[in-house]
Amino acid sequence: MSTSLRPVRSPPASEISPDLLLKLHSLMVKARVLEERLIQMYRQGDGFFWIGGPGEEAFNVPLGLLIQKGRGPQYDYCHFHYRQSATLLAMGADPIDAMRQMKNTATDPYSGGRNFVGHYSIRQWNVVPVSSPIEVQYSIAPGTAIANKRAGGRGITIVTGGDAGTAEGDFSTCLVWSSRPANPLPVLMIVTNNKWGISTHFQGQHGEKRISDRGKAFGIESKTIDGNDPEVSYRELSAAMEYVRTERKPFLLEAMVSRLYGHSSASGANRTNDEADCIAGFERRLEERGLLTRQQMDELRAQFTAELLAAHKQVKEEPQPDPKSIYEHVFADRDLVRGDG
Amino acid sequence: MSNMVQAIRMALHVGEERHGVTDIFGEDVGPPLGGAFTATQGLKTAWNTPLDERGIVGTSIGLGLAGCRNVAEIQFCDYGFNSIDLLKLAGMQNWASNGEWNCPITIMTPVGSGIRGSIYHSHSFDATATHIPGFKIALPTTPRDAYGLLLSCIVDPNPCFFLIPKALMRVRSLPGEEIPGEPGDDRMLAKMIDAPLGDRTSWKPQWPDTPDHFVPFGEARTVRSGRDLTVVSYGRTLPLCVRAAEALVDEGIDAEVIDLRSLYPYDWPRISESVRRTGRVIYVNEDSEITNFGEHLVRRTVDDLFYELVAPPRLLAGAHVPGIGLADSLEMVSVPQLPSITDAIRSLARSEA
Repeated sequence: MSTSLRPVRSPPASEISPDLLLKLHSLMVKARVLEERLIQMYRQGDGFFWIGGPGEEAFNVPLGLLIQKGRGPQYDYCHFHYRQSATLLAMGADPIDAMRQMKNTATDPYSGGRNFVGHYSIRQWNVVPVSSPIEVQYSIAPGTAIANKRAGGRGITIVTGGDAGTAEGDFSTCLVWSSRPANPLPVLMIVTNNKWGISTHFQGQHGEKRISDRGKAFGIESKTIDGNDPEVSYRELSAAMEYVRTERKPFLLEAMVSRLYGHSSASGANRTNDEADCIAGFERRLEERGLLTRQQMDELRAQFTAELLAAHKQVKEEPQPDPKSIYEHVFADRDLVRGDG
Repeated sequence: MSNMVQAIRMALHVGEERHGVTDIFGEDVGPPLGGAFTATQGLKTAWNTPLDERGIVGTSIGLGLAGCRNVAEIQFCDYGFNSIDLLKLAGMQNWASNGEWNCPITIMTPVGSGIRGSIYHSHSFDATATHIPGFKIALPTTPRDAYGLLLSCIVDPNPCFFLIPKALMRVRSLPGEEIPGEPGDDRMLAKMIDAPLGDRTSWKPQWPDTPDHFVPFGEARTVRSGRDLTVVSYGRTLPLCVRAAEALVDEGIDAEVIDLRSLYPYDWPRISESVRRTGRVIYVNEDSEITNFGEHLVRRTVDDLFYELVAPPRLLAGAHVPGIGLADSLEMVSVPQLPSITDAIRSLARSEA
């Protein structure tokens, strides 16, 4: 599926150790169970709206594991969209915090009950606030990438979006600004292509065969990969990141993924059975290779299910935001992004 | 003495040297042009961008989130309307993250009429800017205020609009209102910091040693004291209000004129103190009149000062039309001019209690 201008070396398969395969699997299952719990919360009235990324775990977990997380321009800046709880779990986020945002509690560390679930914000890890518009992150990414490049280390800017959002001008903005001959930028542009924009299929709206083809016109290294395969995703992400980290130039990576519960709760959040399930495919492979038995995998899922049910019960007891708090943080009283605060 | 463009340039230089400005950027902002109005000539961190306002605003946000104080220019505010959602996003970074992030950026853009700019170089931005919570908004009318307000924008941890009334860009300071440290001789200053015509590749500015001078947000300036009524304005119409007030002295009308200087936060204590004394107030600006920022000030006047008033509060603003037509006859009637301002002040002064 490569549309690369010149081949970017992919690390050999042997670099993915059995331990890493088990870690990938565990995080993928945990992320799926979290999304299913969040949907349950919506159905039980413990949240007004659900949106998330069940079906993208095979791509989003490797992404989270490969990010160099930290604060400031020596580390990766993350401009995510709202289907990436698997990435955040792989980075080390506690799933209960996603549930707090789902229930819009005062304890929600990402927005204090102000924003939808999946709208993460973690300054200590350079995860800038996720916002609901599907495109704006592509226009903001060049700014942090300038800071990455100027800092002189290996930190890069990672920006993600869906296929439908690439129709917006901001996607072009990122292509243009990250490949300016005057100052090429270390941006990893990611498109997780689930082929849907809410209820509208990609095929009827997009004449380009592959979104990654759009990188060619700008001389940007570009590739389309099978995002439903965690091993492919891990290898290709490693290679793309290494290119951006060392060359200090952009890379456009399109990952074909599934959307297993529809767009959001607005379309019912019902399980679809006509798209590939990356976890099912990966589990068959792990079983064939003798790395896990079906029973072990069932037990793992049951364990996560029990843990997140307990967390759900805890979150139900946590307070809602104080109405008087609406005027808090309209303005910052100090420079958080520059200081040590 | 400097004009407003030179004052802006000097403030940006001070921002680079002493306040951590890492990037000054926008369309034609870097060399060789140094800005469509020359406001960014000779600055070491100035660079040119693609013609893409969404990219300019987005990149400014990204730089800000990465701790890089920056000043991004939209060449004319008329071309910033395609970036409203990004501007709203800048304004909500602190709030949406419940205090986790701040966004220390300055969006600088020329506003308003007065250069026969026709439909797309004459728009005002004050109503739009004041409708984007999370921004502080400065709008100077003198070179010294431009210098002091821009430095306040630069050091603020929040997103700021620095709106430049383009009709006043070449207006010079009045005696006694110089920027501290600037040379008194106009020609000498021009020689020091104005890029020469022709080849500029080897040109370097000689910056005068101007100190920090901050005009705080929310601090209006009483330009003219008066007994009979209060005129509150900003931008291009402010000097016209002063001229009208001077002219009306002969008719026995003594108007107080307040230059708002920052639109958010705004100096309500100064306005209300004045209106309590005079009992009459008119707000003057050139944005279109429906959902005009002056309407908010009228509403607040009614809410807070109704029983202090001896006449209904007034608003004189631009016509509610899609743009300002090019012909002189069209521009003159589309936005307040000296005759209409004078008439409005006179009418308010003579209205019966």
